[in-house]
Amino acid sequence: MNPAYSVILFTTASGAGYGLLALLGLTASSVGQAPSLGFAITSMVIALGLITIGLLSSTLHLGHPERAWRALSQWKTSWLSREGVAAVVTYPFALAFGMTWSGLYSATDAIAPLSLITSGLSLITVFTTGKIYATLKTIRAWHQPLTVPVYLFFALASGSSLHLALSALFGRDPGAIAPVALIALVTLALLKFLYWRAIDAAPRDHTMSKATGLGANVRQWEVPHTTKNFVQREMGFVVVRRHASRLRGLFFVLLLCVGLLELFATFIPLISIAAFFTMLIAAWVERWLFFAQGEHVVTLFYGNPQA
Amino acid sequence: MTALPQTTTKKLGLVIDLDTCVGCQACATSCKEWNTQCYSAPLADEDARGPDPHGPWLNRIHGYEVEDASGKDSRVVHFPRSCLHCETPACVTVCPTGASYKRAEDGIVLINPDTCIGCKLCSWACPYGAREYDVQEGVMKKCTLCVDRIYNENFEPEDRQPACVKACPTGARHFGDLGDENSAVSQLVKERGGFDLLPEMGYKPTNKYLPPRAKRDTPQAGIEALPKGDGSAMDRLFKLADRLLSGN
Repeated sequence: MNPAYSVILFTTASGAGYGLLALLGLTASSVGQAPSLGFAITSMVIALGLITIGLLSSTLHLGHPERAWRALSQWKTSWLSREGVAAVVTYPFALAFGMTWSGLYSATDAIAPLSLITSGLSLITVFTTGKIYATLKTIRAWHQPLTVPVYLFFALASGSSLHLALSALFGRDPGAIAPVALIALVTLALLKFLYWRAIDAAPRDHTMSKATGLGANVRQWEVPHTTKNFVQREMGFVVVRRHASRLRGLFFVLLLCVGLLELFATFIPLISIAAFFTMLIAAWVERWLFFAQGEHVVTLFYGNPQA
Repeated sequence: MTALPQTTTKKLGLVIDLDTCVGCQACATSCKEWNTQCYSAPLADEDARGPDPHGPWLNRIHGYEVEDASGKDSRVVHFPRSCLHCETPACVTVCPTGASYKRAEDGIVLINPDTCIGCKLCSWACPYGAREYDVQEGVMKKCTLCVDRIYNENFEPEDRQPACVKACPTGARHFGDLGDENSAVSQLVKERGGFDLLPEMGYKPTNKYLPPRAKRDTPQAGIEALPKGDGSAMDRLFKLADRLLSGN
């Protein structure tokens, strides 16, 4: 599958944003009002900023961005529509949570319910993003039970990493977020390891012979066009697929670096900023591989013997 | 809108005969020609006269080489591929805007070009590569089963057929109601053992493909061996002629 930059930017940026928002909410639900106005406003602006940048980039990538509002209508059947609805519904709750939590609007009693609703909606939005991919039967590597958990823990791992960096910038003690970040990171590494093992083991049981109905010994003889068409450009993308095992290794090395940097950050907090940027690189590597290794069934018509 | 109809009154579709298709591309070109000027037009190409021409076509003709079980003989099968107007198409249910829909009256799967946002998710959901993105229009394009021909009362009744069916010079494409088991197309599917593409994926394609017929001529291992001589006068004459003609 063709890894559109806009989609990678959207899923990584908004993933980190929603992860941060979910963790800010969870912390606030037990601790209450933010430690400082500066920290509250900065972290809310960054969380909502990342989400908004992600959503805008995915919207501008459309053939008709001005019609994007229509995507909110088909939530009964379409996970993409549900994602849009969840994203839009999250905004007002997140803003209300930000106002009360930061103390800009004084309503201490409202912080706990608003923070929990915001956390829940953030995670639901990431869940719907994962579901868009996980429900596509045409792509074996995406149609996996671990696809959604990986998306969720990516959001939590990158969100907590961002939380640590922000806490360090404001000279705050990250408190419970430090162990949460490490747990999310280790869980993500484990889930991704199991996910890759699952896709390597999954039988490639869609075959060219079933696609064409022409029996076992069928080979491509002639393609229907002289240059690559949309189907091949979009669904037949294989760039870096052959480097998959090295990139998987690189991904785990990057996660290890993130973990070590987050540990060192206990002594020198500002190191957590480096941890967050390392996390972003890891996210790009993983997301690119997710697309490049997404082998689509339609390639069977273009000479791929199995998918 | 993207919820699928429980049942459709008719199941209009195509039956494609892989035995008689000669791969002439007449169906593909007539499809492009008709659909570039009618419903959801145009079907513009990018870099049409440059080194990398590409653009939406709603019908693509593949060629496959099929070897027999012995591995000694093979044949070329021309294979037209277009939208199969599935009974349970995932391309419709994933659509976030309702631009994709399946018609309850005849089962045709269509895209509303006025509400499609061009997100391409439907093309990801389709295993048959039936949907292509039109860069210039910013929307997805697909086979309409020539919905603007088959009901067109300005046409003579015999012309109310998809452009590809009308253009096929070998009669390899048939159009009709596959929901009616007495229709000519359903009978043809029954007689010839018509089959679905990727049936295990569960989208229940309406269009059917007819398999190539078994070859009637037996394959030869090499050229025919020369008959053995019987020593007769005629035989000696032939041998003399053979020697003279061979120049030794």
